[in-house]
Amino acid sequence: MTLPLAAAKGPHIDWAGLSPLLALLGAAVLVLLVGLLRPRVVREVFVPLLAIAGFGATIGLGIWQYHEQKDLISGALRLDDMTTVLSFVFCTGGIAAVLLSWRAVAPREAAHGEYFSLLLTSAAGMWVLVAAQNLVTVFLGLELLSIPLYVLCATEMRRATSLESGLKYLIIGSVGSATLLYGLAFIYGATGSTDFSGIARALKGDVATDSLLLTGIALTVAGLAFKASVAPFHQWTPDVYEGAPTPVTAFMAVATKAAAFGVFLRLFDVALIDTSADWAPALATLATITIVVGNVGALGQSSLKRLMAWSSVAQAGYMLAGVVVATRLGVQATVFYLGVYLMMNLAAFAVIVIRERETGLGDDISSVQGLGAQRPLLALPMTLAMLGLAGIPATAGFIGKFYLIDAAVAGDYTWLGVVIVIGSMVSLAYYLKVIAAMWMQDAPAAGTALATTGQPAMAGGSAEADSPRVQIETWFVALFFGAATLFFGIVPSPLFDLAVDAGRSFAGLF
Amino acid sequence: MNLSVLLWLPFAAVLAGLILPAAEARFAALVGSLATMAYAVVLLFKFDDGARGLQFVVDKTWIRELGVHYKLGVDGLNLFLIVLATVLFFACVAWSALREWDRPRLFYLWLGLAESGVLGALMAQDLALFVVFFDLMLVPFLFLGGSWGDTPNRVASMVKLFIYTLVGSLLMLSAAVATGVLAPGDGITFDLAQLASNARRLPVGSQEWIFLFFAAAFLVKMPLFPLHGWMPDGYRAMPLPVLAVFSGILSKVAAYGFLRVALPLFPDAAVHYQELLLLIALASILYGSAMAFTTSNTRLILGYSSVAQLGFITLGIFSLQDTGAQGALLQAVNHGLVVAPAFFIVALLAARAGGSEDLRDMGGMAFRAPVLAALFLIVTFANLAMPGSSNFVGEFFILLGVFNSKIVIAIVAFTGVALASVYSLRLFIRAMHNRVGPHVESREISLTDALVVAPLVALIVAFALYPQLALSKDEDAVKASISEAKALTQPAREASR
Repeated sequence: MTLPLAAAKGPHIDWAGLSPLLALLGAAVLVLLVGLLRPRVVREVFVPLLAIAGFGATIGLGIWQYHEQKDLISGALRLDDMTTVLSFVFCTGGIAAVLLSWRAVAPREAAHGEYFSLLLTSAAGMWVLVAAQNLVTVFLGLELLSIPLYVLCATEMRRATSLESGLKYLIIGSVGSATLLYGLAFIYGATGSTDFSGIARALKGDVATDSLLLTGIALTVAGLAFKASVAPFHQWTPDVYEGAPTPVTAFMAVATKAAAFGVFLRLFDVALIDTSADWAPALATLATITIVVGNVGALGQSSLKRLMAWSSVAQAGYMLAGVVVATRLGVQATVFYLGVYLMMNLAAFAVIVIRERETGLGDDISSVQGLGAQRPLLALPMTLAMLGLAGIPATAGFIGKFYLIDAAVAGDYTWLGVVIVIGSMVSLAYYLKVIAAMWMQDAPAAGTALATTGQPAMAGGSAEADSPRVQIETWFVALFFGAATLFFGIVPSPLFDLAVDAGRSFAGLF
Repeated sequence: MNLSVLLWLPFAAVLAGLILPAAEARFAALVGSLATMAYAVVLLFKFDDGARGLQFVVDKTWIRELGVHYKLGVDGLNLFLIVLATVLFFACVAWSALREWDRPRLFYLWLGLAESGVLGALMAQDLALFVVFFDLMLVPFLFLGGSWGDTPNRVASMVKLFIYTLVGSLLMLSAAVATGVLAPGDGITFDLAQLASNARRLPVGSQEWIFLFFAAAFLVKMPLFPLHGWMPDGYRAMPLPVLAVFSGILSKVAAYGFLRVALPLFPDAAVHYQELLLLIALASILYGSAMAFTTSNTRLILGYSSVAQLGFITLGIFSLQDTGAQGALLQAVNHGLVVAPAFFIVALLAARAGGSEDLRDMGGMAFRAPVLAALFLIVTFANLAMPGSSNFVGEFFILLGVFNSKIVIAIVAFTGVALASVYSLRLFIRAMHNRVGPHVESREISLTDALVVAPLVALIVAFALYPQLALSKDEDAVKASISEAKALTQPAREASR
């Protein structure tokens, strides 16, 4: 018995540390298998509940492993508070996405087991990505995150735009991955190490001006920028966001963003920290371009999902400012903003989902017109989300922006702080447009529903099943995250504690 | 006295009003704003004239990680503005309660939030908290104007107003963060008292851009020429009772911001840009006056006259003289007391001129409405700073201050005093006298409306008889606010002689 074990001597595996990841992967397999069962109630109720349990277990195990600082699998992954806090973010996003998918067309068309299993697998990829401290695991995590998302985008198979969105995301995402891989190879070539601490050690010397390294960094930035939708690598965002099923869009917006910024932070503020003089000005420029492009792009949009897509580009620019300064304050501000961004976006997307199903106007801005008079409790979360995204006081968005500007100024990037506020000014124009539509305009006359958005009748789902009925779980998501946006705008301390813990994981920063 | 009670009472009352039936929502707002006013009046009497510095201070840590405190306090600088705010909001709520509104609970909710926001901005003694309330107080007006406004394009007008003013506020946000972070000192703080000593040690270049950002926020909010672009549309769009508080108190918060934040924190920059701001103020006086006697929309006459009056207030502040700044603060209170009843009267005039707010459709109303005419006349005299009115004292002090610092500007500004009588009297005469307008059906002011307007007019009269009430209480605080900047101007003038 002992002989084969001795021959194949693998690395020590810390199962406790790895448990959050295993929970996600285990749940993915379980959901896939349970989804094969015949009874409809199992598929439509039990499978989503299992998926929620999977995300919940990850959060729970994360709480159990909180404040642990350890390398997993010979340093391929690192479990620290950064990993755990970001996993809270994308698992919360995952739970919300499951709830938003409850009555959606997409899981019915793609089969419930597969749909929710893909969601969990993608989240597992995110966990690997934010924990990765080795160039190889970075790529592994990125692919594990991306491939399920390509499929998820295309799960509404009977809608051409959904397929288009999936294909577009696949092609552009692959280009991004290839660029990233190329960049990682260059970095390895320059430093002779794939390990983050090894890279950092190699850069203590004088390779900082090595053109091989600089090319590597540039390509890596470009590859990651594709994922985080940082301009000028953002062009896919509006199309993919618009075409994908809305629950998937919500998940992509909040969870992918958290994962991409997790790897941004760990790669730049740990591995490449000693060359920050080289990459910081470049990233600052990218942040500026992103803020401008995102905000200006959102101005003319009448589709709420496209509007949120452009807004997510702009918000990525704000968060990038926290990476640029390469200080602990910057890291904390970025993590804080990711948490805030999660709440605001989920509140908004939940309302979009509800109105999409109720009105037949799709995600057009007219679908929320007059909502304030008809359904104030539905308009309220959307209003809070929009005010928060615009950075109005008494919402968490204001505190987040305050923190980011604080970090930018303290990190000698005062001008970037000013760019953030200028971006916010522009953003008012389109966020207020949504608010004005809800509270200050009358609902469109009945019968103006766009004919093209109607779902073709199909087996397993009927149009009537979706039509006006209180969508209690979606409504709960909207109210919960709307309330959170307000609550953390007034009592931000709990969120600060998480961000500070996450920032503390990076020992080398000041 | 607990300032937190004063701050949150209006909002708490309207929140409680949400559980009332829609038709009764007004009573919650009425009770809330009345109680707030009573509380503020008690505060006025409990205020200790002799004590230096802040009184009734509330200081709690709000966001430890950012060094932001929830710090409120009252001194001579904000005491009267707080009382003015509570009085005007009570008048506004009372006036609104006499009328029917669509979705009344929401309407009063926003009014209550607006009052809390304004009071917060006036009482905040922490720079970050000031910024929070300064932005927050604007949000309710966006909804009030956009949902209950008077013009078809009200949404566009209010969005324009909101963006315009928030552009300034966001610049101020970055300036405030920069002040807190960059100012030398142990740890990050936004406490205004501590910043007053720390911020001066900032490099001159930083001080100057930070000051300009603050100035931009305040000048847009006032508004002064050439940053008044939102004013004509915004004023036309807002419902009149809302406009009365908006014009009456929000612009004063901006003027107060100069005295509370910009001058004590950045005296060097204030002296550096003194002439620029004086010229902007002067341009506003001339432009506002010229527009006020050429336009025929009664709201805009008052709107442009506000531009001119705020020009005077800014002129007084940036004379960097004790008398000028004191006059400016007095004039801020005066103008609030004058412009609010004036807007209520405009509403009454429009109701008598077939719904038109155009001066050309009015005329000859005084004959059948002598009480209304009398009230209007008192307001008009106060607005044109008739000798004997408190406004006269205010303008006199302002011009005295400017005379002592920049005599040429003072001479030009004097024309503004003359122009004020032109546009004020034009408004009064063409509305109340002259030939009777085509659709005018004049009638006396109703008792209920008079109950709102007459006390405000009585306050104008009372203040005219005894302006020392304000002057004696605010003297120390105003002197402290501008002392640094004033000290900087003295040697320069000595040297130039």
